[in-house]
Amino acid sequence: MGGIPHDSYEPKSGGEKWLYRRLPIVGLAYDTLMLPTPKNLNWMWIWGIVLTFCLALQIITGVVLAMHYTPHVDYAFASVEHIMRNVNGGHFLRYLHQNGASLFFVAVYAHIFRGLYYGSYKSPREITWIIGMLIYLLMMGTAFMGYVLPWGQMSFWGATVITGLFGAIPFIGEAIQTWLLGGPAVDNATLNRFFSLHYLLPFVIAALVAVHIWAFHTTGNNNPTGVEVRRTSKAEAEKDTVPFWPYFVIKDLFGLAVILAVFFAVVGFMPNFLGHPDNYIEANALATPAHIVPEWYFLPFYAILRAFTDEVWAVQFVGFITGGLIDAKFFGVLAMFGSIAVMALAPWLDTSSVRSGRYRPMFKWWFWIFVVNFFVLMWVGAMPAEEPYNTVSLIASTYWFAYFLVILPLLGVIEKPLAQPETIEEDFVSHYPAKTGGAQSAATPAE
Amino acid sequence: MSHADDNEGTRRDFLYYATAGAGAVATGAAVWPLVNQMNPSADVQALSSIRVDISGVEPGTQIAVKWLGKPVFIRRRTQAEIDDANAVDVSTLPDPFARNANIEEGSSAIDINRTMVPPEGSEDGAEEWLVMMGVCTHFGCVPLGDGAGEFGGWFCPCHGSHYDTAGRIRKGPAPENLPVPPAVFVDATTIKLG
Repeated sequence: MGGIPHDSYEPKSGGEKWLYRRLPIVGLAYDTLMLPTPKNLNWMWIWGIVLTFCLALQIITGVVLAMHYTPHVDYAFASVEHIMRNVNGGHFLRYLHQNGASLFFVAVYAHIFRGLYYGSYKSPREITWIIGMLIYLLMMGTAFMGYVLPWGQMSFWGATVITGLFGAIPFIGEAIQTWLLGGPAVDNATLNRFFSLHYLLPFVIAALVAVHIWAFHTTGNNNPTGVEVRRTSKAEAEKDTVPFWPYFVIKDLFGLAVILAVFFAVVGFMPNFLGHPDNYIEANALATPAHIVPEWYFLPFYAILRAFTDEVWAVQFVGFITGGLIDAKFFGVLAMFGSIAVMALAPWLDTSSVRSGRYRPMFKWWFWIFVVNFFVLMWVGAMPAEEPYNTVSLIASTYWFAYFLVILPLLGVIEKPLAQPETIEEDFVSHYPAKTGGAQSAATPAE
Repeated sequence: MSHADDNEGTRRDFLYYATAGAGAVATGAAVWPLVNQMNPSADVQALSSIRVDISGVEPGTQIAVKWLGKPVFIRRRTQAEIDDANAVDVSTLPDPFARNANIEEGSSAIDINRTMVPPEGSEDGAEEWLVMMGVCTHFGCVPLGDGAGEFGGWFCPCHGSHYDTAGRIRKGPAPENLPVPPAVFVDATTIKLG
């Protein structure tokens, strides 16, 4: 598979040959597992395995939880308590599923930031990036609908606020909102359809994950240098790569084991740390919790949603030129969805021909500010809508857009990149000099 | 090429278009029920109307009732609250419209246009009864009442919208005043919603 020269699967035994002529499934598995992988991948390349694990964990625990859950406004809250108290091991399964969503988002954010730093989104991996963004959007939709199912106060009011986003669309917004909810307000119809979709979407994600993997197996992995694997001959390619199995599988599984040790500590000892106590109060349409906050993984985008109030000149200007069509509310919605859209367009907004941030002295700074900015947004997203948080969220939201729309396009023009290694092998040898053969490495300092 | 071949080409083109057209119509016909099933069902759609007993509501207090799945605030205002509401110049309001389903659309947001007409023969003061949806016009949270917010009316905890004593938006991201639903006094102590 792909343009990297390597050995392909050859059926050997009679049985293998018989199957291969009818269904080359063993060959597909072989070529997928034996993919030549750049040998200099660092620890930030383990998140793909972690994400695959999360998807499997969520689907498996989700399927068994659905055997005990009742999607009805009168029984949903009670059925979750039934899972927690009566179902054998139910509390553990639910806590795995609940915290599994958090692990999923920890991993996806690490994975996305990895891609942003090492330029994994750049040509020829744009399709991989776009598919990844679609998966991320579906993850957010799935997580949001899953959070509604326990029918607690945060479930109900989170659903009210988020479906209200669609009501902000001019002219057709209210009709769309009513259609989404199945009534004038969040109610039984809403809960039912959210359950149905929450069950469906993970399988759509699984299909897109297959396409995501297919895409980067076609282009080959990026790597910390951003330098492409040599493809002129198999011998050269083999100096830059090692097969995915067993080398990276073992490495990734080790990384997964370390992460799971932390994960199970959270599930076992502090399962509600990332949750919100208000969600253990049954949904009540007549009382909004004093402080509605989404789950932590939505906070940065919630902050962007709230950042653009009537007092912001950009909002007033857009409102003026559109004749009031785009008010502060709709502006906030556009900003929130736009923040993902500009990230998805990164392959075309970044004008630098150097992939890896390692060789981009100015980019590095802007990138780390972007990472810090992300956590600032997460922090203000959890704060009440008052000063100084409003100003902070406005500045941080502006930086998010400036990073993609101004900084990435400009840096490619004004930045002078550092020298990149010629090959992955060169980079690898400079980090891990050959120890065998008795010859002293020239790189060893005299002292 | 014979004349008959030309004809055949035309016929084939026609069949392509007819097939594609029929396919498009059939796809639409198949998809529409799947989309439309998500719209409100008949029982949800059935216009509901409820009667609310307000005999226990003293001046300076309010009740919240659920109507069409959403809260409705019924507040009996004090004279001070009414005076506060009347002291505001309507032209300075973010939303200058009354948003009252019981009067003509586009009416000005002066206090009298926001409040209930008292029942005949009642001793309740004019502009005393304020009935409105308890749904923030920003993203649909239930605002906190009983003098909350910077204008002594309601305050939405979600994104910080402040409403005054007549339920008019004064500050924050909400674009409109809290809407007044269809409501009438059926007798001195009962309000009919819807």
